[in-house]
Amino acid sequence: MRLTRRDALAALSGAGITLGGGVAALSRESVDASEAGPSLDDTLATLTAAAEVVYPSDVEGIEAFVEAYSLGRIEGRDEYLAGVHDATVALDETALSWEDARFAALAADRRDTVLRQLGVPTADEDPDGTRAERVRYYVVNELLYALYASPTGGELVGIENPQGHPGGVASYQRGPR
Amino acid sequence: MTDVCVVGAGPAGALVADRLAAAGRDVTILEAGPRFDETPDTERMERSIRPGHAPTEVWEMGGPRDAYSASGPDFYPLNVARVKGVGGTTNHWQGMVYRLHEADLSGENNPPSWPLSYDDLRPYYLEAERAFGVAGASDDPYAPPREEPHPLPAFPPSYSDSLFAEACESVGVTTHAAPNARNSEPYDDRAACVGYGTCKPVCASGAKYSADHTVRQAEAKGVDLVTQAPVQRLETDAAGERVTRAVYVRDGAQRTIEAEQFVLAAGGVEIPRLLLLSASDAHPDGLANSSGLVGRYFHDHLFAGMGGTLDEPTRQNHVGFITTESHQFYDDPGAGTGEIPARDGDLAPFKLEFLNYAGPSPVAMALREDAWGDELRDRLADAYGTHVAMGGLVGQPPLARNRITLDESRTDDHGNPVPDVVWEIDEKTRRTIERANEIQRAILEALGVDIEWTAGPEDTGPAYHHMGTTRMSRAPEAGVVRPDCRTHDVGNLWVASSSVFPNGGALNPTLTIGALALLCADSVDASL
Repeated sequence: MRLTRRDALAALSGAGITLGGGVAALSRESVDASEAGPSLDDTLATLTAAAEVVYPSDVEGIEAFVEAYSLGRIEGRDEYLAGVHDATVALDETALSWEDARFAALAADRRDTVLRQLGVPTADEDPDGTRAERVRYYVVNELLYALYASPTGGELVGIENPQGHPGGVASYQRGPR
Repeated sequence: MTDVCVVGAGPAGALVADRLAAAGRDVTILEAGPRFDETPDTERMERSIRPGHAPTEVWEMGGPRDAYSASGPDFYPLNVARVKGVGGTTNHWQGMVYRLHEADLSGENNPPSWPLSYDDLRPYYLEAERAFGVAGASDDPYAPPREEPHPLPAFPPSYSDSLFAEACESVGVTTHAAPNARNSEPYDDRAACVGYGTCKPVCASGAKYSADHTVRQAEAKGVDLVTQAPVQRLETDAAGERVTRAVYVRDGAQRTIEAEQFVLAAGGVEIPRLLLLSASDAHPDGLANSSGLVGRYFHDHLFAGMGGTLDEPTRQNHVGFITTESHQFYDDPGAGTGEIPARDGDLAPFKLEFLNYAGPSPVAMALREDAWGDELRDRLADAYGTHVAMGGLVGQPPLARNRITLDESRTDDHGNPVPDVVWEIDEKTRRTIERANEIQRAILEALGVDIEWTAGPEDTGPAYHHMGTTRMSRAPEAGVVRPDCRTHDVGNLWVASSSVFPNGGALNPTLTIGALALLCADSVDASL
């Protein structure tokens, strides 16, 4: 199943974010990233690299989806951006320490290992918690929320109008196809 | 001096204020909590789905402001059962709206009787339905008579309703539409439902009625709203015959407001608490408490449920509201059908619900699993899709020993004793939950469900409907307020709340709260 920037917009609309210019308005330049933090390119690369691990293997188009979704989430939300920066930097530092390379530069199986060794699978998400809990909140669960609260992600598991998505009031009335 | 001071900006306070303002009265509302418009509802919705946020975090409940005790015998989880702020608990309610039955008001379903008849409430019910924007089919053969259809067309039945309908028919159970305070089409400047699926605790589209909508309408009519202004006590003249002022705190300073009339609309826990906190020489046991009944007869509705899986898709969790119910056993809980045996014995009223949100929501589950990638996808696909469930509410009989009192050993953020919820689930309620379970089992077995869980007499829980703590009566010794919602003891003190219900039947109380608030407003207006 192929994710598109249109799916990202659908996921964003569920998160209450609508962009006046639609897909075209989403660009790295449109987001006023903090000068003090890491570069937006690095942050997006880390998120995309994580998504390639936590999304199912039959999902395509991850990079464009993650970029569009994340840019939409970041725009105008400084506190959120700070949290994402903090968590992605922590993930990068862990990868450098354990694997001698940045997270996004690792092979997918090594990225998976880093996340597991960090304790992320069993960590409870917490924006103010331990490193694993913050990575779970701002990276892994952020990406899973984007996917499974969207119609495309929902369809992967059998529901085209998942919770959090404004998919209308026709689908609940329909029988299985 | 204002004409009317209303304490509380939930549905009761909002409707009282709006109606009095429409009649040309000066009204000020004091609300303990905030306006909730700083955080978008979509963000609150995300909080409700993501595990990193506690349920109380969605509407910012908890902490010293909301400290309480629950000294038992049964625990009462008070702070997940209410919201403090503009709109009150309708911010997180489900939006289920029904008229009480004539047999509730007559005391035949659960004693005691109300001093009001269905005919007394009937016009106010219709106005409350219009204020809330109720979508309904008016097809419930067990409901009391209606003068005209619901304001909005009903939401059509769900796919799983159609599965249940056949099973119900085979065991002699009649189903009908469930009325919802939720826009099935645009109404009263609010949008139609778009299917976010998180109705309780957040509707992110504004389709679900929430009383902040009415507060805005009231403000447009000139009502003054003061938020973050918890009322500490009410003070009276020396004889204790009239309230002269309300004392509240705002921005760290104690302030007062004088009014001709005072209306308490702060819910079934804070209203008796405020009356008890307002004890004085003239009212040594608490304001308006010559009967000794302030805080007593606290009662709720108890959940009875059952669910499991089918060997076919059931299409759950697309929406977060219910579209079909059965009130067949409500007035005659022991009645049998051809397939379900009759039962003798003293039973309370109950209603049955067919859920549209049985089993896991995939997105919520995804955020809680210890897996990702293909393994997570497979777990979600396995877990989702075949669940069904029934719910139901049982009406607890009001008992004097169940009460809201003050816990003098603990104080809130302003040094006031916290409320203590002294609550016990009685035998009649437990017996009725068993009866509801018996019928639920018959329906689910007829449907071919592999039953996996039961919420029965031992693992039931409250529906968060706080009723009975300033009960209405004709005789001053038998209750706290009169049939016009004025307190028996104090000439300018009124109560608009489920706290005045002598008994709450087994139906979600908010429509009746709305109807009584409108009745109360008319009474207050006539007194001015």
